[in-house]
Amino acid sequence: MFYYLALAAILFSIGMFGVLTRRNTIGILMSLELMFNAANINFVAFNRYIITESMAGQLFAIFIIVVAAAEATVGLAIVLLVYRNWKGIDSDNYSVMKW
Amino acid sequence: MTESADIGIVFWVLSFVILVSAFMVVSLKNIFHCALFLIMCLFSVAGIFVLLDAEFLAAAQVLIYVGAVAILMIFAIMLTSNLASRKIRQVNENVSVGVFVSVLFALASIILIAQTHIWHYKTDFTPVENSIVILGKYLMIQYVLPFEVVSILLLASLIGAIVLARKERS
Amino acid sequence: MTEHSYLICLLPAFSFVMIVFFLRWKEKVAAGFSIAMILASWVMSVIVLIETLARHGHAYEAFYNFLTFPGLNFQIGILVDPLTAVMLVVVTTVGSCVQIYSVGYMHGDPRFSRFFSYLSLFLFSMLGLVLANNFFMIFIFWELVGLTSYLLIGFWFEKKSAADACKKAFLTTRTGDLGFLVGLFLIAVYCGTFNYGEVFDKIAMGAMSTGVLTAAAIFIFAGAVGKSAQFPLHVWLPDAMEGPTPVSALIHAATMVAAGVYLVARSMSMFVASADGSMVVAIIGLVTSFMAATIALTQFDIKRVLAYSTISQLGYMIMALGLYGYDTAHGQHSVGYYAGTFHLMTHAFFKGLLFLGAGSVIHGVHTNDIREMGGLYNKMKTTAITFMIASFSIAGIFPFAGLWSKDEIVAATLHHPVFLILTLAIAFMTAFYMWRLCFLTFTGEPRDQHRYDHAHESPRVMTWPLVFLAFLAVTAGWVGLPWLHHGFSSFVFHEAPPEHHGPSYALMIISLTVGLSGIGLAYLMYYKKSLSPDVLVNKFRPIYNLLYNKYYFDELYNVVIIRPLLSFANFMWKFDANVIDGLVNLIAWLTVLWADVKQWFDKWIIDGAVNGAGWIVRQTGEGLKYVQNGKAQFYTLFISIIIVFIGLIKYELIYLAWGWPIMTIIFVIGVLLLTFVSRSTRQGTNREIAQEDKV
Repeated sequence: MFYYLALAAILFSIGMFGVLTRRNTIGILMSLELMFNAANINFVAFNRYIITESMAGQLFAIFIIVVAAAEATVGLAIVLLVYRNWKGIDSDNYSVMKW
Repeated sequence: MTESADIGIVFWVLSFVILVSAFMVVSLKNIFHCALFLIMCLFSVAGIFVLLDAEFLAAAQVLIYVGAVAILMIFAIMLTSNLASRKIRQVNENVSVGVFVSVLFALASIILIAQTHIWHYKTDFTPVENSIVILGKYLMIQYVLPFEVVSILLLASLIGAIVLARKERS
Repeated sequence: MTEHSYLICLLPAFSFVMIVFFLRWKEKVAAGFSIAMILASWVMSVIVLIETLARHGHAYEAFYNFLTFPGLNFQIGILVDPLTAVMLVVVTTVGSCVQIYSVGYMHGDPRFSRFFSYLSLFLFSMLGLVLANNFFMIFIFWELVGLTSYLLIGFWFEKKSAADACKKAFLTTRTGDLGFLVGLFLIAVYCGTFNYGEVFDKIAMGAMSTGVLTAAAIFIFAGAVGKSAQFPLHVWLPDAMEGPTPVSALIHAATMVAAGVYLVARSMSMFVASADGSMVVAIIGLVTSFMAATIALTQFDIKRVLAYSTISQLGYMIMALGLYGYDTAHGQHSVGYYAGTFHLMTHAFFKGLLFLGAGSVIHGVHTNDIREMGGLYNKMKTTAITFMIASFSIAGIFPFAGLWSKDEIVAATLHHPVFLILTLAIAFMTAFYMWRLCFLTFTGEPRDQHRYDHAHESPRVMTWPLVFLAFLAVTAGWVGLPWLHHGFSSFVFHEAPPEHHGPSYALMIISLTVGLSGIGLAYLMYYKKSLSPDVLVNKFRPIYNLLYNKYYFDELYNVVIIRPLLSFANFMWKFDANVIDGLVNLIAWLTVLWADVKQWFDKWIIDGAVNGAGWIVRQTGEGLKYVQNGKAQFYTLFISIIIVFIGLIKYELIYLAWGWPIMTIIFVIGVLLLTFVSRSTRQGTNREIAQEDKV
């Protein structure tokens, strides 16, 4: 189980790194998917090794996948909108919420 | 490492593929290549799910992520395509801090996981037969309300995405 | 009507208010209103007098307790007894005459209405004083009377002499009032009430020891001394003649100066209980009377002669009252009380008449100096005749009013030879100086032809009051004829009416002789000129000088009181200017210095701290604003950092050398530094990006 968890942790870290550093908004969304998957791996691993009788871990994973899909849908729609307005999807470029 | 016996060569291969492709996702300059590596990564994660006796989840992963989300990504990349193949810098100025924090987080997590012994590992695990049947029963009986709510959420996001992405008529 | 007698004093008050607020610009209406009010008061006073007579002199008292303290009670009330009734009639009669007379005398004065408002205010105060049923009220009205006296003496305040005179009068009477106030305190402390009857009852029951009683009596008498211009506070009255002549007639001859006498008569029960106090009163009365009479012999100002005459006559009354108290205290029978009050009444009429006549003369010739008059009989017959009637009256000639009252005063001194002789001497002098005045003014050759030519009789509005008062100057004394069994003496009395002893013909003859001889001497000296006054003056030059300069009282006061006061004041002023001011200035300087220090401190330290805090916040903000750079990823980075840090701390994965708070701070500072680093590198990054974008 340790290896699964460690894998998830590293995957999460990579996703986090992507979220923190990608300039491309789509890149950020993809990194977010990586993080979601890391969490999913955790859930399934726990389900597999700790609470075998119930399927709560897997159910959670299913819900996460759904939410991730929804998030990806809305996020990409927003990206399209942003692209139309700014002619670019670099996250640096739309820093209008600054001081 | 009592469960090391369970960890076959498959796991290591999958893990390697996952990590490398994930790293490629966050570091490649060509966003289209990133998307392809993401697909590979998610596919490997589905393999991990299979290893963990979650076949339905693996199927769902492939179906939704690889079949839907990744394709959605590629569509989005294509729609903003004038940038897609440009070899521009793909990371922002936070990269040094980001590396530091991420590495720190990974190390801390792994140390924590390694230090933790409170979990009661089930080493004598026997795979559940017909896990899909059980999962379906759970979803339709015990977790029917979250299931419906999540459906509505998905619907709402769908409509929202259409509304957002719709081109306004002049 | 008696129960509504408070209206007698309220009507003039109403008139005062109306004139001041509504009728000031309508002179004729103001005067008419004022006269109507005082005439109404006069009618009511007469009715009250008749009612009092019908009650056989029983007192009527009505009051309202408006402030009650434990052990002290303040009342507002009226007391109508025979003395009050008589005083009411006297005051309203003279007041009416003077107001009517003033219409003529003040004609054309720029402050005509104001004069009548003052007169109304005075009459209100005086009538209130007479009607009061307790010492507290009488004191209030006493002071009001003093105030109106001040206002009226200084009515022509443009004249420096008038302004000085009103100040002098006010301050001098105030000296006496201080004594009155002390007397009131004594009464309040020992008797616990101010009501006349209750006070006298308490005194009769021995609420005060003899010494305290004497002190209280003398203190109260001090008020009377001030108000009635008795020695040694007599100096203000002659100067008060600077006021308009009707004022002199009303206030400084007939009514206000009589208030002192009234006060002594009113509080006679106190004097009766204190033989020593009574003797002081009698001696002061005698001294005043004698002194004023001798001064009057030598004066040439017509009003000043009358003023000293007034002082002299008031001294008479005071003396009579004092002797009554003394004799009664020793169980002897005396007519002093009746004599004093009787003379008070008759004197009010004939002295008022004398002043109004003098005013008429002054109005005609525009001078006060009798040396510039002479032969005015031909020009102003009415004035001359009424003036002479009054002079006969004051000289005590049969059958004029003065004779009867003066006889009673002489009778009151029978037990005291010194008093008797001096009283007769005063009577002689009175007759002499009054007729000297008459002869010099009205007979002989005109000494100033110019003034004589322009002299004229006064208008009727001025002569009618003269005639009316002349009538009273003759007849007012008849109510006290010794042949009457129920005359004045059986009406106004203290405790018990004096036994009716019938006419004393010997006394009458002596008195008459004295008066006639005085007139005769004046006749010889100033009409026949068979005796030259200059010879006498030369023969007794020092005495003459002494008298002519009024015993040097003003100079004496100047040297003894005013100079030291002034030099003391001067010294105090210098002290003030140098020491106190220096001290004050030093303190001020120190304060300013301290304020400067504080200001500096404020400006640099406090403000510095505040501004510094602001500056620090601003600079911190300047630095920290780059944290808020609007980039979602940067925020995410921060959140991640914090989460990682919290996780590290939570699971003790890092060594917390100085505890977690300090480590947190160090961590945050480190993050901030990282932020700055990234900020500084951003420029380059942006340039890089820009270059890449061009590619």
